[in-house]
Amino acid sequence: MRETPLSNCERQFLLKAIEEKKRLDGRQTYDYRNIKITFGTDYGCCIVDLGKTRVLAQVSCELVAPKENRPTEGILFFNLELSPMASPAFELGRQSELLVKLNRLLERCLRNSKCIDTESLCVVSGEKVWQIRVDVHVLNHEGNIMDAASIAAIAALCHFRRPDVGIQGEEVTVYSTDERDPIPLSIYHMPICVSFSFFLQGTYLLVDPCEREERVMDGLLVIAMNKHREICSIQSSGGIMLLREQVLRCSKIASVKVSEITDLINRALENDKKVRTEGGKFGFAESIPKQRITVLKSDGALLEVTNLEQKAEGIASGAEPISDLGRASSPVVRAPGTAQVGESLENAWGLEQLEEEEEEEEPVDQTMDEGQEKEEESLYHKKGEVVVISDSEEEDVVILHPETKVKDSDQQTSSSQQQGTGVTKKKKKPVN
Amino acid sequence: MEVDGLCSLALREFGCEQNLLSRPDGSASFVQGDSSVLAGVYGPAEVKISKEIYDRATMEVVIQPKVGLPGVRERAREQCVRETCEAALLSSLHPRSSLSLVLQVVHDDGSLLSCCLNAACMALMDAGLPMGCLFCGVTCAIDPEGRLITDPTARQEQNSRAVMTFAIDSAQHRVMMSSTKGSFSLDELQQCIAVSQRASEKIFHFYRESVRRRYSKTL
Repeated sequence: MRETPLSNCERQFLLKAIEEKKRLDGRQTYDYRNIKITFGTDYGCCIVDLGKTRVLAQVSCELVAPKENRPTEGILFFNLELSPMASPAFELGRQSELLVKLNRLLERCLRNSKCIDTESLCVVSGEKVWQIRVDVHVLNHEGNIMDAASIAAIAALCHFRRPDVGIQGEEVTVYSTDERDPIPLSIYHMPICVSFSFFLQGTYLLVDPCEREERVMDGLLVIAMNKHREICSIQSSGGIMLLREQVLRCSKIASVKVSEITDLINRALENDKKVRTEGGKFGFAESIPKQRITVLKSDGALLEVTNLEQKAEGIASGAEPISDLGRASSPVVRAPGTAQVGESLENAWGLEQLEEEEEEEEPVDQTMDEGQEKEEESLYHKKGEVVVISDSEEEDVVILHPETKVKDSDQQTSSSQQQGTGVTKKKKKPVN
Repeated sequence: MEVDGLCSLALREFGCEQNLLSRPDGSASFVQGDSSVLAGVYGPAEVKISKEIYDRATMEVVIQPKVGLPGVRERAREQCVRETCEAALLSSLHPRSSLSLVLQVVHDDGSLLSCCLNAACMALMDAGLPMGCLFCGVTCAIDPEGRLITDPTARQEQNSRAVMTFAIDSAQHRVMMSSTKGSFSLDELQQCIAVSQRASEKIFHFYRESVRRRYSKTL
């Protein structure tokens, strides 16, 4: 599906508004949209809402062999995905330019800034280390995915607990969460990305651009910074020339924003921790705003089970009779030392033609197959006919069969079938 | 077979939020106990020529797992959900167009397929797509002692002998789709269907209530 293109009027309107220091959603130049952080029932699961942009992050861990050149370091793996839910323009499994850019930025922001102590993730040097995997899913794209993703990723990493391990000699035991309390990751600092968009060749600057603003912007500057005012990564894209003063000013704004967001994350983490220790309810189910008109919650409902037996029986009696099943499933010996089950079940091929021919054939069959069970016999006739009708090219070969096979004992069902085929052949010939 | 232990025949608390995402044409999040699924629907929209069907809309369903890339299990679930949606939707009203449904697993605590089905139905309703009937998903499990459990948690599912999920339509309470795992007798299957039909009444009542609440101010 294609994205709805932005019309020229909209474009001009947006740029005009930006010139007049006005924004579509009524924010000031340096304002962020509302940030909401909610944690899931699992450790390491977090949803971040930045205005209407919504991002889900989940951290998971796994024991793997370390990289050869770094035998004592754990591995960090980031995977940001643009779910087709987020925007009609996002396709499943396509490595778009935007996706690669966002993934690279997230890696630079969180892995290359060494904010997580990877050495503490080592279990046995050179053999086993923890691999921490961060999956970030973009659920709704309303602009500034990068900031939302970086907040979600670092909040999820802070929230995550890995299982405890015990080492006795060569043996490594991973304890479940019931046996031993899981251990949080050691995090040195929290780098957070702040995006600045530039308009009209860098004349105007906006913090936290929304989706419409992103479409008309000329350039983007992303600064990843922690609350100690250390810049972890900085990237300018879109090919605009920025002056030194502009970059410095942006870094100053970023430092303010980062300290605000870090506080928010810490508060959210504390809240979640408090609720968990007090044994209260937590998770996404609790975070649904109940007063909204689009929301309804229902308590657990007991099911009435009276008349259940009758109803269950009703289903059985109302269903189609399944009497054919019993006969088909009994094994049939077609030749000494062989057996076959379920032959007649699948024989739906060409049944209509069979019924027409059946009447003509029946007298012949009865004379030839004396002393045999009628039921099985008729079934095999059907089968035989089917074969013949489908490969009429092999006529000459088939005719030879009865002569050779008739010599076999008449008691075997196989011979009766072969006779049947022979008969039908003979009957069919004049028709052809 | 005796059905004892009334407490096991209960649905966990469930909740739903519709229209929570701004980009998709319809969206819903459905919560059953701790299991939670987010669904987004786009369509009817332009379809790729290769996927175009001349007399009805092309339905696509994607299920995104929370960790890692979608695998065989997700594909199997996608198929179950897609076939149910195709049966319920009046897709011939939108020929040569595409309907895409994306389901994001937010938390898996058992009965995930039924949660996916419920979220899908709520999202399709929110998108305002024409449907012949509504549908809901109910999961039943049979524990080693032969007792029935409706809406099992992940742990109950793990310990059970058989797990069955049915999609049930709102018009006649018939089974639209069934997906089973493990071994069970014919009697047990019939009992599970009967229980699921009973449970579906509760869920359809919930659907009705939520729609009534949602449009209480506009109607």
